[in-house]
Order: sequence, then structure tokens, then C-alpha cells
Amino acid sequence: MTAVLTVPASLDEAQFESVIEQLAAVPADAKLLVDARHCRFATPYGLTALLCLAQSRAERPDFAPPEDEQTLSYWARAQFFRHAETLFTIRGAVPKRAASGDSDVLLEVTPVNGNDDVQAIVRRIQEKAQHILNATLDLEPRSTMGFSMTLSEAASNIIEHAGRGGWVMVQRYNWSKRRVGRDVVQIAVCDAGMGFRASLEGSRARALADRWDDPAALEAAVIQGVSRFADPGRGQGIKGMRGWVHRIDGKLTVRSGTARIAPIIPEWDEDVPLQGGLPPFPGAQINVIIPRRMPRP
Amino acid sequence: MSHIDVSVALDAAAPDAHHHLVTRRTGAVVRTVIERQIAALADGSVAILDFSQIGVLDRSCADEFVAKLVLPMTTERPSRESYVVLVGVNEGHLDAIEAVLETHGLALVVRFDDGVTHLVGTVSALERQLWECVMTRAGAAVEEAAEAVGLALEEAQATLEMLVRRRLLRRLDDAFAPLGAPA
Repeated sequence: MTAVLTVPASLDEAQFESVIEQLAAVPADAKLLVDARHCRFATPYGLTALLCLAQSRAERPDFAPPEDEQTLSYWARAQFFRHAETLFTIRGAVPKRAASGDSDVLLEVTPVNGNDDVQAIVRRIQEKAQHILNATLDLEPRSTMGFSMTLSEAASNIIEHAGRGGWVMVQRYNWSKRRVGRDVVQIAVCDAGMGFRASLEGSRARALADRWDDPAALEAAVIQGVSRFADPGRGQGIKGMRGWVHRIDGKLTVRSGTARIAPIIPEWDEDVPLQGGLPPFPGAQINVIIPRRMPRP
Repeated sequence: MSHIDVSVALDAAAPDAHHHLVTRRTGAVVRTVIERQIAALADGSVAILDFSQIGVLDRSCADEFVAKLVLPMTTERPSRESYVVLVGVNEGHLDAIEAVLETHGLALVVRFDDGVTHLVGTVSALERQLWECVMTRAGAAVEEAAEAVGLALEEAQATLEMLVRRRLLRRLDDAFAPLGAPA
């Protein structure tokens, strides 16, 4: 018996929760069909999280690609199918090896399996997207480096803590009609690894905690900068990301297991600082939204 | 003083990094290369680490490279007398370097492109005052420094000795000398 997971028409961070809810109702060893036929929009978070979903299954899931031509074309240019083909059995035709000429895709779906991958990601962002980032976000030079630093720290989190490979994608959007009212760049870094709770299981924070669950582990890692290593220099990566995102009026969210934390909620958005009791999803999913710098009054 | 181009060390240790110092592993291999270069210098030498050709520096790499390079130099009984001054550091690098130094309670001498030399990291107000006094004079005896900042001789002596132990000043006979150019 195959369980069908319906991908919503708009697959962003919030809407991916509906996919996780459906997944939670399915036995771990069940055969899955991920039905994206009616999906017409997906963010980097949505695309990379779909790949994580496939990675987390014992049996290779089936995948029904979007029917809308433009959506299909975008997913292909984002290199989603190139990686999806290795994880899903694709039920339907998808464009083959589409060129990644979309200037809004600053970094296509890119695997992160080791140190070399993180170096390559930073190199590509610096070479290909630097001028676009400057034009889109109007960042000062110090903040431009903060962008690459955030990307490398988030990707490094996978190789240091996840225990398995993950995915990165960066995309530019014009959000002039949304509440933020300006261009934004989204970074999604998702993995289906052990997650923060398991990673910190042997940490001092765990030993001293009255309560130990996914929200507590996320708070320890993201707010307190706790790492599974005793070395006091560890845990600075996420702390640095948090500081930079706050400084440039951005938003950072991290989901892991059954919890989600939003340590930086800018004035242009609303969110819940810490949620527990969510349907479980393996690994860690990091979403960063960076808006264009506001002109000085 | 011996000039060490960090980008050359990075090329030797991690050719695919393309002048970007990111990830802990990269930081560790670059540190190993530079530790060897510093070990080959005469005891008491000042190594000028040049970051001018470095692109991105993230905190994890800065911790593994910069902080862990300096930590053994500043112990109570270091295996040798080594000093480090950073040059070619831009604002982006500085964010990462300051953060990791502060995490470990360390400080470093940084000479910026305008030629001005600063202390970066964890430094008390008194340490900074005495360090600046020695820098502006291009060296000072303890009596001169104590008088200049209005301190008791013993307190000035102890603080200057601590700055030497922290590898932020050098001992030169009976006086204290800066590592880099005067401020």
C-alpha cells in the first residue's frame, strides 16, 4: 500500500509543515508517493526539505512532479530534479539537465557532504552572486562577508553535526507587495541527519538540564551557543549567524525534530519564538531571510 | 619581523579553498602550516600574518586557526617565545577574529591598512592604556609608563609583564617594546 503525501500549491517553510503532518501519520517503512502535481511555487526551504524527506525514508519514495510548465522549468533550473532523481523514483517527465541561467537563483540546490562542498559553495556565491547580492540587498562590505559567513556556518553545521549529507539553496525574491516591502534573499540549509537533540545528547547542557527535549536542545544550541564538543571555542557558528541576521534586520528560523525556534523575529514579520510538539521531521532545517537594506532617513 | 602570507599557506594546505578561510577543517590545516613556519623562525621573532589576499573568514575557521594558534603562545610556560601581528585584515575578517579572541579571553595586535595599530580582543582598560603608552613612545621603561598613566610602579610592572605574557608587547632589556609599528 502506497501512502500519498500531497505537496501544497505553495511550498514554503510554513506550508512544508502540512507535508510533515501527513508524513507523521504514515508508518516509517511505508511506501510513499510525494505528489507535487498541483504545486506552483516552492522556496529553497521547500525544495531542499523535500530532498531531506526522501533521504529519511528506508524505501525509495515515488515523486509526481509539478504539472505546471513554468514550475517544472523553475525546479529544473534550480537543479532540484538532478538530485531528486537520485533519491526518488520520478513518475513523469521532467526537463533533463536544464541550464541554471536564472539570475534569481543565486545558488541552485547544492549537496553538502563534506568540507570541499562548503568551500565550493562559498566560492560560487563569491564569484557568481556577489554583484547580485550587492545590488539586491545593498549590503555594506562588512555585511556582504557576513552573508557568505552565514552560508558557510550553516552548511558547516551539516558536516560537523548532522552525521549525513544535506542541501543548500539561495534564491532572490521581490517581496515589494508583502509586508516587508522590499527585495529579499532566502538561504535554506536542510539535512535529514541526527538533529540538535541527538547531537547534544552527550553535552554538558544535556547533563545539567532539568528538561531535555527538542525545544530545550534548540534553545541550547541556537540561543546559548552550546555544542556537543567541550572545546569553549565551539558553538560560535550559529551565534555568529544569529548576530549577523539580527544586525541586518533579517529573520532566522531553525527546525529540528519536533521543535522550531525563531531567535530573530524582525518587525516586518510575525512568528512564535519557540514551538514544541510539532510533528517530527528528522535532522535540522535552517531558513534565513535577508531583506534589502532600508535607505537611511 | 617575518612576513607570512596567509593565502599562500592556505593554497599549500587547501588548494580548493580559493583564498576563503571557511570550515574548521580548513582552519586546522592552515594553522598546522603556519605553526611550522613560526617554529622555523628564531625564538622571540614576530610573525606578521598577512590576510590581505583572504576572501571570506568564518568564525569556525577563525577559531580553529587564529585562536588555537595564539592559545599555546600565551600559556604560563610556552614551549618557545613567539609573537604574532595581523595585517591586511578587513572589517569582515575583524568580526570573526574579534569574536573568537573574546571567547577565549585572548587579544592580538592588528595593524590596519591606514598604518594604525590596535589591540583587538579581550583587554582591560588598564592594559590598553599601558599598551598605548608603550606604542606611542615606541618602547618605554616601567618607570616611564607608570608615570605616564599615573600608576604605582608595582601595578604598572605587573600589567606590563602580563602584556608580555599575552604576547602583546616584548621585553627589550629593562624596557617594554611594541610588536608592530607605533600607533
